[in-house]
This record gives sequence, structure tokens and C-alpha cells, in this order.
Amino acid sequence: MALWQEVIVSIMLVIAGVFGLVGSIGLVKLPEPMMRLHAPTKATTLGVGGALLASMFNALFVLGRFSFHELLISIFLFLTAPITAHFIAKAHLHRHRADYLLPATGTGMPWAEAAPPDGSSAAQTEPVTEPTSTSARR
Amino acid sequence: MITMALWFAMAAYGAALLMNLHRILKGPGVGDRILALDTMVINFIALIVLYGIAVGSSLYFEASVVIAMVGFISTVAYARFILRGNIIE
Repeated sequence: MALWQEVIVSIMLVIAGVFGLVGSIGLVKLPEPMMRLHAPTKATTLGVGGALLASMFNALFVLGRFSFHELLISIFLFLTAPITAHFIAKAHLHRHRADYLLPATGTGMPWAEAAPPDGSSAAQTEPVTEPTSTSARR
Repeated sequence: MITMALWFAMAAYGAALLMNLHRILKGPGVGDRILALDTMVINFIALIVLYGIAVGSSLYFEASVVIAMVGFISTVAYARFILRGNIIE
């Protein structure tokens, strides 16, 4: 392998390591939970993306042919990272809704993380399945 | 050069995994713990890819694809359980 090929793969690897570390430092250091949601997306996109690019370039330079496995992983991660962040944010809003004081939706329906007024199975089964003694325990 | 860069990236992801573990143990809310678990899965995928580069085998990419899918499904299931009280309504 020539020197410039090694330099390309090494730069990709160093970028991957730095951004993975930055994402987890942000996860530890940031003060608010919604801020903490922001930091690990860097580890997802740039960290894993850099590692997969390094792997693709390595396969291209060593074996002489292009490898598509890594593209599959990166596409899957790029597709699922916003979905998981959205679900985690909704779960957090559901747990701490009073802290954030959401404005009214203006449509007569509550926000999406709250239970709908009628028609949903979750809204109906939750008061039925829980006996009244649990509310006293809380 | 590639070996040194691989060692650096593996050490960085190892430290990142330790930080995620600290956030799981400490984190004040459930959302922080789910987020830390999701980030642990992401860092573990990167670590598997780096190990695949180190040993020069393409066998590890299938493992990382499977772990990515399992991590996504488990994160969504956990968040949905927090959100709704059950996973499949």
C-alpha cells in the first residue's frame, strides 16, 4: 500500500475516533437531557461514518475492489438515528411534561406523546387495568 | 501508520464506552439511560468495524449489521414502553 493510501485511511480512522470521543464527552458533560440528545448524533454520523469510510478505502486499496457492506451499515444508521432520537425525546417529554409547559396545539387534540382523549386502546386500558390501590401507592 | 491510527480510534471508542457506562449508572432520567444505551450500541458497531479492519476480515460487517438492527429495535421498544406502557398495542 502506498503512502498516500495509508494517509487517507489513517485520517479517516482518526476522524472516527475523535468524533466518537466527542459524542460521548458531550453525553457526559452537557447539563440538560435535551442537550444530551444532541451530542451522540455526532458519534453516529461522523464517528461510525468515518470508520466505515476507512474500512471501504482499506478494502479498496488492499483488495483492489469496492466493498458495499459498509454502505449498507451507514445507510441503516443514518435512517434510524433520527427515529431513535425522536422516540427518546418523546419519552422524555412524556416523563417531564410539566417542566416544559408545552403550548396548546389549537386542534382540540393533545400533543403526540400524551394519551389521546378517546379511541385508543392505551387510553382506555390504562385506567381499567390499574386498580385504585396503585394510585394510593404512588 | 494505519496500525497506530487503529489503536488511537479503538482507544477513543473504548473511552467513549466507559463514558456511556458512567451516564447509564448516573443518568438522572430514563431518557438519559436509553440514550446512553443507544450510544453504546453505536460505539460498539464502530469498534467492531475497526476490529474488522485490524484483522482484515469482512466477516465482522454482517455482525455489525445485525447489532445495528437489534440496537435500533431495542431502543425503539424501550422508548415506546416508557411512552405508552406497552410495546405492541
